Amino acid sequence: MSRPRTEAEYLARLVPSSVAGIGRRSLITGVGAGALLGTGLLAGCGSDSGSGSDSKEVSVGSNQSDPKPKAVIAKVMDGFKTSSGITTKINTVDHNTYQENINNYLQGKPDDVFMWFAGYRMRFFAAKGLTGDLSDVWGKLSGYSDAFKKASTGDDGKQYFVPSSYYPWAMFYRKSVWKQHGYQVPTTLDQLTALSAQMKRDGLTPIAFADKDGWPAMGTFDILNLRINGYQFHIDLMAGKEAWTSDKVKKVFDTWAGLLPVHQPDSLGRTWQEAAQSLQQKKSGMYLLGLFVAQQFGNDEQDDIDFFTFPEIDPAIGAKALDAPIDGYMLARKPKAEANAKKLLEYVGSKEAADITVKNDPTTLVANSGADTSGYTALQKKAAELVGSATEIAQFLDRDTRPDFASTVIIPALQQFIKNPKDIDGLVNSIENQKKSIFTS
Amino acid sequence: MSDLPLIHVDHAVPAPATATPSRGGRGRRLRLLSRTDRVVITLMVLVPLLLVVALVWLPALATVALSGTDWDGIGPISEIDWVGGRNYSDVVNIYPPFVPAMQNNLLWLAALFVVATPFGMFLAVLLDKEIRGSRFYQTALYLPVVLSLALIGFVWQLIYSRDQGLLNAVLGSQTDWYGDPDVNIWAVLVAAGWRHVGYIMLLYLAGLKGVDPSLREAASVDGASETSTFFRVIFPVLRPINIIVLVVTVIESLRAFDLVWVINKGRNGLELISALVTQNVVGEASRIGFGSALATIMLAVSLVFITVYLAVVMRENRR
Repeated sequence: MSRPRTEAEYLARLVPSSVAGIGRRSLITGVGAGALLGTGLLAGCGSDSGSGSDSKEVSVGSNQSDPKPKAVIAKVMDGFKTSSGITTKINTVDHNTYQENINNYLQGKPDDVFMWFAGYRMRFFAAKGLTGDLSDVWGKLSGYSDAFKKASTGDDGKQYFVPSSYYPWAMFYRKSVWKQHGYQVPTTLDQLTALSAQMKRDGLTPIAFADKDGWPAMGTFDILNLRINGYQFHIDLMAGKEAWTSDKVKKVFDTWAGLLPVHQPDSLGRTWQEAAQSLQQKKSGMYLLGLFVAQQFGNDEQDDIDFFTFPEIDPAIGAKALDAPIDGYMLARKPKAEANAKKLLEYVGSKEAADITVKNDPTTLVANSGADTSGYTALQKKAAELVGSATEIAQFLDRDTRPDFASTVIIPALQQFIKNPKDIDGLVNSIENQKKSIFTS
Repeated sequence: MSDLPLIHVDHAVPAPATATPSRGGRGRRLRLLSRTDRVVITLMVLVPLLLVVALVWLPALATVALSGTDWDGIGPISEIDWVGGRNYSDVVNIYPPFVPAMQNNLLWLAALFVVATPFGMFLAVLLDKEIRGSRFYQTALYLPVVLSLALIGFVWQLIYSRDQGLLNAVLGSQTDWYGDPDVNIWAVLVAAGWRHVGYIMLLYLAGLKGVDPSLREAASVDGASETSTFFRVIFPVLRPINIIVLVVTVIESLRAFDLVWVINKGRNGLELISALVTQNVVGEASRIGFGSALATIMLAVSLVFITVYLAVVMRENRR
């Protein structure tokens, strides 16, 4: 094997496929620790290779490590080569490893263009000066709604992000199961509760649920918070401006506690894949998850998947807001091939790139509204309509707040809540104390 | 015990320079050590010293220093803010996983010390009897130590999985071995013990093989039973090995990390100090200051054991 030329490549090699398969977010510590120590050293190696060529080639850091999305990225890059003649070099890193190492990656010698998410973390890196200003690229982009432009804008009003795809969170179910039992889509919390009770009587687990990895429960918290307190409260709460001890947050937990009995029990030992399989095996009635839940279904079952947006809880708030995380591209702080990198960013934000994605990936939605979406499956079309009709789009708890707060405070707190839903006061006090300490630093 | 040859080795060469006058002593030492000798000795002291300082002491001191800051791992060192003891008070007062982590680390130590280590020693004694197929047992018991961490996590996942696991299938139960916070620490301790037993067994077996057979013969001539031969003769003779086994047990339980990390990243009942350090420092969170405070606490706990160990070893050498 040749010497790894970049840190990303080096990291990618450290992940045996056997380990990468254990869970979506399981991290191999060795990689993390190794990256901490090795960043400077390996970054040194990376710079040699760059100066050797004439910097025509654009390097791209990708976290799309699953086979299908990986192939799509490769096709998009091929399309860029055909249209511009500029070659790209994709460094793919396991999704979780990529995310865990992002700090070191961006401070070392990152690839010219790298994949990331919209939200707090994007704005944070932009504010720290770790990523490049893309305002001029945005001047040439077309086909993006204001919501997407807003999601790509940093705290200083400049754009730092080119959205490529997104997926909504919703309640998924199997049409065949619902048809068999004659279930109707619930539009209020009471109807959801009644439906759950009916499912229990029919021998189904009403709502599949898993939180071994800590993040899926954030989706449940988010949607309840959006339904009970609305989008602006969600954003303020995530920004640390609202108190977790407020009655509004307590009401979220209270409502959740009322719904927990109709969720799949023992969720803390289960991965989202296992929960999705219980839906696929017709043991569970519905499951609140992102569109990627479809990955756990066979090709012949894709047409049987349907979803509805989480029902209304407070009529004054409505049911129009939802989590729909946006994935996209950013520019490194000091790209080696800046002009070409910006050309690439313009291309990935274009209709052509979106068309390639539509043709090849049925599990995601493209951000560019100019794209030819006639190739969408029925599920994709419905998902796009849902997001299109949404009044506000949140990114997901761990993308809308500080990552240290999300991972070291919220994950243990939500797991604590699932274990013991009775002590809500103690829980919110503990979160608030930790929040104060973290957000003031 | 002082008549054992092992312990006398240190006293065999008396210090040469102590009794002679200073000028003569200096001259004699120069004659004893040639220029090459001195260079070699200097190198042999300097190189390991530099390595230890650079790779152990500096990082340890840096950790202690960082624990007084709120650094998030981004930006130059000059921008780090000093926050004094706030991280420590946060750890103790408002960080819920801390207390369970301390308890779990102690539980880990107790379980390995009381169950796994004695059992490993017991297996070593059995295997030392040259029973049939002892090589096979030896390999089988040592195998868990050799297996990679990823594989071990996978093996136990197959056994403990709630919906698809072997254990629930055999017992016909519905226990959530990894998810139930009251159960999972014990499930993991079994897995950790499984590994530890093999390790201790091999260490102890190596020690047992080195025992002078004449000691056993003498004991049996004196009419001692098997049990009393072991406890009165063999066990005391193996004192150096016993100390190593003890130290290994303590180290293993303090640095316990890999299994819980593979299972659920040290959350929900499986908190360990080492896992908390990693959660905070490594990864997207980058609470370097806070994580360093946890690491410093771990260092302090380790220092207690290291001090006790060194005190014992030094007292031994003085005798």
